[in-house]
Amino acid sequence: MISDDLLPRETPVQLIDEHGTAVSDPRYAPPSTERLVEAYRALVQGRRVNDQCSALVRQGRLAVYPSSHGQEACQVAAALALGDDDWLFPTYRDSVAVIARSVDPAQSLVLLRGDWHSGYDPKEFHVAPQATPLATQLLHAVGFAHAATLRGEPTVVLAMCGDGATSEGDFHEAMNFAAVFHVPVVFFVQNNEFAISVPLSRQTAAPSLAHKAIGYGMPGERVDGNDVAALLAVLDTAVERARSGGGPSLVEAHTYRMQAHTNADDDTRYRAREAVQAWVERDPLTRMQAHLRGAGAIDDEAEAVFAAEAEQVATALREAMNAEPELDPEDLFRFVYAERTPQLESQWRMLRDELDRAAMAGTTAGATSPGATEGAR
Amino acid sequence: MTMLETRKSETAHPARPAPSGPPAPEASVLTMAGAINRALADELAADDSVLVFGEDVGALGGVFRVTDGLTARFGESRCFDTPLAESGIVGTAIGMAMNGMRPVVEMQFDAFAYPAFEQVVSHAAKMSNRTRGAVHLPMVIRIPFGGGIGGVEHHCDSSEAYYVHTPGLTVVCPATPQDAYTLLRAAIHHPDPVVFLEPKKLYWSKAPVDTTAPVDAAEIGRARVVREGTDATIVTYGASVGVALDAAAVAETEGRSIQVVDVRTLTPCDDATIFEAVRATGRAVVVAEAPGFASVASELAARIGEHCFTHLEAPVRRVTGFDTPFAPPKLERHYLPDVDRVLDAVDSLHWED
Repeated sequence: MISDDLLPRETPVQLIDEHGTAVSDPRYAPPSTERLVEAYRALVQGRRVNDQCSALVRQGRLAVYPSSHGQEACQVAAALALGDDDWLFPTYRDSVAVIARSVDPAQSLVLLRGDWHSGYDPKEFHVAPQATPLATQLLHAVGFAHAATLRGEPTVVLAMCGDGATSEGDFHEAMNFAAVFHVPVVFFVQNNEFAISVPLSRQTAAPSLAHKAIGYGMPGERVDGNDVAALLAVLDTAVERARSGGGPSLVEAHTYRMQAHTNADDDTRYRAREAVQAWVERDPLTRMQAHLRGAGAIDDEAEAVFAAEAEQVATALREAMNAEPELDPEDLFRFVYAERTPQLESQWRMLRDELDRAAMAGTTAGATSPGATEGAR
Repeated sequence: MTMLETRKSETAHPARPAPSGPPAPEASVLTMAGAINRALADELAADDSVLVFGEDVGALGGVFRVTDGLTARFGESRCFDTPLAESGIVGTAIGMAMNGMRPVVEMQFDAFAYPAFEQVVSHAAKMSNRTRGAVHLPMVIRIPFGGGIGGVEHHCDSSEAYYVHTPGLTVVCPATPQDAYTLLRAAIHHPDPVVFLEPKKLYWSKAPVDTTAPVDAAEIGRARVVREGTDATIVTYGASVGVALDAAAVAETEGRSIQVVDVRTLTPCDDATIFEAVRATGRAVVVAEAPGFASVASELAARIGEHCFTHLEAPVRRVTGFDTPFAPPKLERHYLPDVDRVLDAVDSLHWED
């Protein structure tokens, strides 16, 4: 027998509409005003981080930045829905969520700056490395949660992916393993309507991505991805369900990628400006601002404080990205294995000799150009 | 996927040990499958964080019975069946290893491990490097591999080159029941992911196995001279070790003294042992089942050539599978390196000079 409980609604859950007006919902109570103020504060920071990072790309300080501009409500809600001992498994577009989990912004951007493949200690922040391949991290999240369950620990894992990733085999395998082993994972899909250039209609013929959940025997829910109140209410419920032994669930947030995939992408080739413009009206920040102002929860002074905090984060980010860290070439060999193999040791000696010769040539010839290095041979 | 291999019947191998019985005496005679079973059981008993999972590893005990009795003895939470999805098996094992477990997962057959390839290559192999050593993945991926069992398509691949070519993986391949036991226990203790290749042709080979020696981490990365000889060195691994030893025995009757080196660990390669052996004889043949082009055999031959050149009387020869997909069962004997092919290669090592 098919349980209707597993099916998502026809329309996404919404608690605050795009004008900032509260909407009542038969199932989900709105989060407290304090929580919404906290979320708004994080939204302001998230937007500032997104825009700062895009600027850093233009200035050549970041190699690339996949922006979550317009998706900040999803980013913030994912981070705030989890407790300190819970784990987040993010993707490359989820830097704002990673930062909202207290990772230093500069550390979260190490990958995109090109200094290393990941810049923070996952165990310190309970945040897995940001996954670049699609959907592979969902399986890691399931295994991580399974291990916690076997040890009787109350950890909940929230695993993020986009609409494109739902077409990958690992998405299916992760959902299936999670449901079969009844592990405490919340799958959180940010449906931003595009996988680089390919629209959602080319990813699925399902009524919605949340409808996929019933095929695995877990509940699916759809939520307005630009309504941080609805996101918090729905994700809180999913996290609580997972923590209390109710098993995994799938949450699909309907949102929109307001900018190109990355700076290397040209989105004018595949979508109309009017389509993008239509989503400006649904911006997650303006509606929360209107709501909280209408409720008297924030005023000019609070807004100024939030803006100043966000500016501080942006300044720290700029300073960190403008610094030139000393990268150690030996790091190439340090972490491949717990113990360096004889072959890697010998390869490091070779590189070290090259570097020594280059340095020597630079010192004696007073130059550090490649030509000087060649000359020294 | 359908499991179509022609596994040898249980009645033909009555000596397979009962895993839940009393501790075996010091050197009980075990099959390689039994030795692996014993290693898994001993690790499950010694360390609560060790988990065994995969397809059919529970009630059935694995299609080769390698996990026979483990669920009954250790419970469903320690040894369990998963959905039929190899990427899921390896991907969730990675998550478990991130969270303090030591998963030992079984891929049912070499070619059925390919759906897990991305998880193995992009994540298992790279997580430590990605996180600057903050996250190590102590996990073992067991893969029955190679031919010689009359298996149909997808059941006989020698897939080691894919794994050996991936930095971050440790790749181990035992050739005896003792090594299967010793190396698997060392692999489970290893801090990094280990691809543990089990030559399925040898699952029912029998030999005394000492299960009492303490686990020695240094066994991984250690090659071994398994037959002394003075005229030429055969460097090999897995099921081909037996072929090399047979060839050496025949060569002895022809007046040639052949040394055999079992590489045992493909990554990291024990260059020192291999080079010392080859330098002593001055002639080398590398034997492996996999297609020879861009193979482990090629790498071994290249390394020997680079590092032992001045000691060599002849170019290093390779005896490998053909560069074709693995043969159907009725043509298998033409595909696999055999004693004659190895001896022909030995004969070609410029003896006349």
